Amino acid sequence: MSAESVSNGAKAKVAKPSKAKPNKSSIEKGKSQYYAYLIPGLLLFLIVVVGSFFFNIYISFTQWIGVGTPVWVGFENYQKLFQDDVFWQSFQHAFLFIGAMSIVPTFIGVFVASMLFDYIAPRFGNGISAFMRAGFYMPQVIPITITGVLWVWLLDPVTGVINSFLINNLHMKSDAVPNWLGDANTAIWSLSVIMVWIQIGYTIVIFMSGLARLDPSLTEAAQLDGATWFQRFRIIILAQLGPEIGVVLLTTMVAALKVFGPVYTMTSGGPGTATQVPAYFSYFHFFTTHKVGYGAAVATILALLLTVLSIIILQVQNRQQSKEIQR
Amino acid sequence: MTTASTKAAPTPKIKSSALKPRSFISWVTFFFMIFAVIAWLFPFWMALANAIKTPADFVAQGPLAFPAHPTFEHVIKFWKESDFPVRFWNSTWTSLLGAAITVAFGFLTAYAIGIGKIKGRTWILGVFMVAFTIPQEALIYPLYTAAKKIGLYDNLLSIALIFGITGIAFSTYLISSVLTEFPNELVEAAKIDGANAWQMMTRVVLPILRPTLMVIMVMVFIYNWNEFLIPLVLLPSNDNMTVALSIALTSGQWGAEPTYRAAAALLGAAPSILFFIIFQRSLMRGVTMGSSK
Repeated sequence: MSAESVSNGAKAKVAKPSKAKPNKSSIEKGKSQYYAYLIPGLLLFLIVVVGSFFFNIYISFTQWIGVGTPVWVGFENYQKLFQDDVFWQSFQHAFLFIGAMSIVPTFIGVFVASMLFDYIAPRFGNGISAFMRAGFYMPQVIPITITGVLWVWLLDPVTGVINSFLINNLHMKSDAVPNWLGDANTAIWSLSVIMVWIQIGYTIVIFMSGLARLDPSLTEAAQLDGATWFQRFRIIILAQLGPEIGVVLLTTMVAALKVFGPVYTMTSGGPGTATQVPAYFSYFHFFTTHKVGYGAAVATILALLLTVLSIIILQVQNRQQSKEIQR
Repeated sequence: MTTASTKAAPTPKIKSSALKPRSFISWVTFFFMIFAVIAWLFPFWMALANAIKTPADFVAQGPLAFPAHPTFEHVIKFWKESDFPVRFWNSTWTSLLGAAITVAFGFLTAYAIGIGKIKGRTWILGVFMVAFTIPQEALIYPLYTAAKKIGLYDNLLSIALIFGITGIAFSTYLISSVLTEFPNELVEAAKIDGANAWQMMTRVVLPILRPTLMVIMVMVFIYNWNEFLIPLVLLPSNDNMTVALSIALTSGQWGAEPTYRAAAALLGAAPSILFFIIFQRSLMRGVTMGSSK
């Protein structure tokens, strides 16, 4: 038996373990031995992750080319950043990616997941719906660099699949077809569409597992009452999927702000700065211009923004957890 | 947990006789969804179809046509020229070692939090939760500097260690969220029997949690395999490149030949598709773990 099924069974029975504590002193004595198990993981984590993070913050207050001694300059990097148009532009693109990676996939994902779970599966079998889910999920399992190589190839202005189709099958003139990733006007939108293609599978998988958690008697009762599928979708499914929708929205937002690989492999932030994003912008200053302090300042701001977002995630999840306990 | 498996979800056992009637509308919906899935997989089909096409066919018929004279010549040539087996081995052992470190240390930490219920556990979890949203860009330069200082720069061990340690926050969070639902009766019973923390872990918690840990290990392995920035910065030399890295950095070399680029994309995607087919159930369970909490 798996741990999940055990814990599912236990969830109902064990009310709140913290309330039932028999012998306090013996438990406190027993507790102290558990600190030993905390130490190795926490120590490695503090040294490598937290240590690096604080060192990065320190670098952001210096002028440094990566060799020699960093020179303390206070807030100079930050002051320059706030006057740097590319910096603001990179965050604009990051927010556009929130649309492409978070909002649009959430909408489509809820709809497709409930279609597969609630409409296709009962009529055509679970095998079919599982196969469809796997198909949508495929772009998620491929390394992002490979996705990049694949799409650069598909969108090649001359030999690419898309433009070959436009020229050969739709008879567009070969000088009238778009240079999808090479034109400053279309590059960011091409990337956005590719991000939708990548992200949908994730939202479908999470929402389908959320639907499996729902009480089937609810939708059955609605069906008996003569509700149409769309009414059921709106009233029952959307209302019940609240926790999953919250988690998906916020985790994908975090992912959208962190985008690096797709930009690196498909556009290198260009043409010009047309697809610049914060993560790539900081990488660019670390390893191309060697303005390490400047790059570190970008990374620090990005990290702060993400920290704020993740605290929101925690808050939302806590609120949901306390709701669940009340139920 | 969302992974409602055996007990909670009665749905999987619908026999074909128990299926609902299929109306005309339902067939329309069905074909629409099938069409959508085919569209989603179309890029992969294009990579495959053109990787096995001859350059002459590609020029004559374009990329959309079905390969008239299928040949694995390019795939094999690319396999050899890119030293694919070396890359495959580099990716595999670093991802595996990283996943093992992540799960082992994450389990120990989560055990102290979930079963030990040590003081300040909410704070520790909060720090971990915030930490795994830190972008890698905010860590990479210090890691790069440190790797150079201690002689691990351009050494595959460095990425395995960094994968492993940076993953601890994530695995601790996930495992301790599973452990909050661990049957309390078992823990209490073991305590009454006089089990100490070590015995409790090895004899009570680990046996029950092993399937969950395997699920997380599979998921972390695949994440590591797909990792890009850390290998990009820390592994400059050709011999040390991973699959994901080498194909991204060298694809420009065969830029002129579309069928070669298709072969590169195909070979780069193939191991991941294979892992997905083998570990689909585990991966799906891992991805959905903790999503409704």
